[in-house]
Amino acid sequence: MTTEMAASLAEHLEQITGFIYPNEVEIHWSILIVVYPYVTGLVAGAFILASLVKVFNVRAVQPTYRLALLTALAFLLIAPLPLNLHLGRPERAFEIFLTPNPTSAMAMFGFVYAWYLMGVLLLEIWFEYRHDLILLGRSTRGPLRWLYRALALFSNDVSPAALAFDKKAIRVITIIGIPSAFLLHGYVGFIFGSVKANPWWSSVLMPIVFLMSAIVSGIALVLLLYMVLTALRRRPIDMPCIDTISSYLFYAVIVDFSLEGLDFIHRLYESEESVGILGKLITLKLSMSLLVLQILLGMLIPLGMLVVAKSRHFNDDMRKLLYFTSAILIQIGIFATRWNVVIGGQLFSKSFRGLMTYKMELTGIEGLGVALVLLVAPFVILGVLIRLLPLERAETSSPSTERVPAPVVTG
Amino acid sequence: MNKRDFLKGAILFFPAGGLLALARDGARAAAPGPAREAEKAAAPEAPKPSGKRYNPADHYYGMGIEVEKCIGCSRCVEACKAENDVPAEPYFFRTWIERYTVRADGEVAVQSPNQRTRHVETTDDRDVIRTFFVPKLCNHCAQPPCVQVCPVGATFSTEDGVVLVDGERCIGCRYCIQACPYGARYLDPRTRTAGKCTFCYHRVVRGLKPACVEVCPTEARVFGDLRSKASRLVRFRRMNKLNVLKPALNTEPKVYYAQLDGEVR
Repeated sequence: MTTEMAASLAEHLEQITGFIYPNEVEIHWSILIVVYPYVTGLVAGAFILASLVKVFNVRAVQPTYRLALLTALAFLLIAPLPLNLHLGRPERAFEIFLTPNPTSAMAMFGFVYAWYLMGVLLLEIWFEYRHDLILLGRSTRGPLRWLYRALALFSNDVSPAALAFDKKAIRVITIIGIPSAFLLHGYVGFIFGSVKANPWWSSVLMPIVFLMSAIVSGIALVLLLYMVLTALRRRPIDMPCIDTISSYLFYAVIVDFSLEGLDFIHRLYESEESVGILGKLITLKLSMSLLVLQILLGMLIPLGMLVVAKSRHFNDDMRKLLYFTSAILIQIGIFATRWNVVIGGQLFSKSFRGLMTYKMELTGIEGLGVALVLLVAPFVILGVLIRLLPLERAETSSPSTERVPAPVVTG
Repeated sequence: MNKRDFLKGAILFFPAGGLLALARDGARAAAPGPAREAEKAAAPEAPKPSGKRYNPADHYYGMGIEVEKCIGCSRCVEACKAENDVPAEPYFFRTWIERYTVRADGEVAVQSPNQRTRHVETTDDRDVIRTFFVPKLCNHCAQPPCVQVCPVGATFSTEDGVVLVDGERCIGCRYCIQACPYGARYLDPRTRTAGKCTFCYHRVVRGLKPACVEVCPTEARVFGDLRSKASRLVRFRRMNKLNVLKPALNTEPKVYYAQLDGEVR
């Protein structure tokens, strides 16, 4: 054991109140495991928003369709990294594919992830962009030309029949994609919800709460990105579009809030053996992150702002401001939700007699620095994706579509 | 590719996947993976002192603990650390002792003398109505949540009823640590893989007792084979009223406590 680790554990030991089992001093799932469900949730939520256009025919949100797909892809590419970096033996990560344990929820990760990436998201993006890629391949020169042709998998058919097939394929993939997105994030919730040893996690509502909060965070993120990118490209923001998105956001927050409220009331009312320690956990360890960040800042205030924005006849700028601010607050709230689940669930002893403390490292592989890099990386990837793949559909009549490359957004 | 070709391909492709999986399983059965090798390595080819070869199917191990006999000397903890090369720091234990002090007003103070470097004495105005020590270790559950959740099958139940970790396969995800209701697992900082009590499997298969049982001066720990009528554990189970830890979780522990106080979790 390194002296650094010994010092850190000694410090953790000092912070313990009450009695804990002696092996519980070390907090095993760190900030990286907070990042993982947060990032996966954004993927699932963004995809659900995209599917509104294709399956539920919500025309108003069409301007965000491609952005939502690319956002989902950018975050999905990063999603496995926090898990891998967190492993004690990352070089053995591939074992999860080679010898998966069929009774382990976690063993399904690789398969769910691979299915979602390759069976759903990449496929849908490819069909959506096939036409554009062919046209771009024809209109550009040099290595880019070859890149586009390769990305189009050298298909060259832009006949109306082929385009109609693309459209049909997208619809079918989206219909399969919605349950897949539910699976992707519901399953993350199941990983926590099925741990019977941990009363803070063990709840049948956990996958559903995860899913709803995923939808909330994904919609809010696409709303934010759309507003920022449109402003950066000096285009007018489509007000009906963001009005519609913020309505969906509002409903999703209401459902999410109700579910979490139900979970809370249920626990309090049943008042099982663990209720005492969980009460202490909330009041002594999570008052800031749960009561202030998650519930007040991340839910009640944005809900209020959305209600105000909907009920008063504000002008466009005021509504934009309210939407933008509430979407940012919601992001903070959902990150706090993940924190409270993952870290909160490890701050009390399974003897129900004591509380631990999590001291986040700043540097080091499981530290804040790496977590921030992992949270910024998807935006960099998204910037590259947007440069390559236009957010607006190519018109058949003008093959040399003018493209305005979007600047790389980092932050 | 037209629809017909596609369907033909699919009809061939999916069963082919199934055949591959069958072939893989067959190969694994023929040439055991590291998990089984670990089991084999521990189960020696060499005959036991009795002269008979070890057959795991003939045994099913468990442990009995007589709470009133434990004096909290922690020799078991030291013996375990020495025998099993458990990290010396007080954050890693395969077995440990808990000390309970129950006061007249119902307040319960629990400490683990193995963790705290100095004892916090419980002299207090209020009356102490009972005190006792409880040895803890992996319960080698018959329905182990740790085995259920391990994504790669690195932790497994042996035929003779012991829950082991294959250190060659463990990826260090720590899901098993989260899933264990008893806090019996830790991540070994040297190997970055999960560690836990093995019932001293390397000793047991040679007919020896686990180290903690061997050194206990008051015989508070009783190790035995539930399949052997002559086993001390079988007699222990017959002679005592028993309880297990957290029975409501239905993990079916095989560490049985006699005279267990309701305060112990």
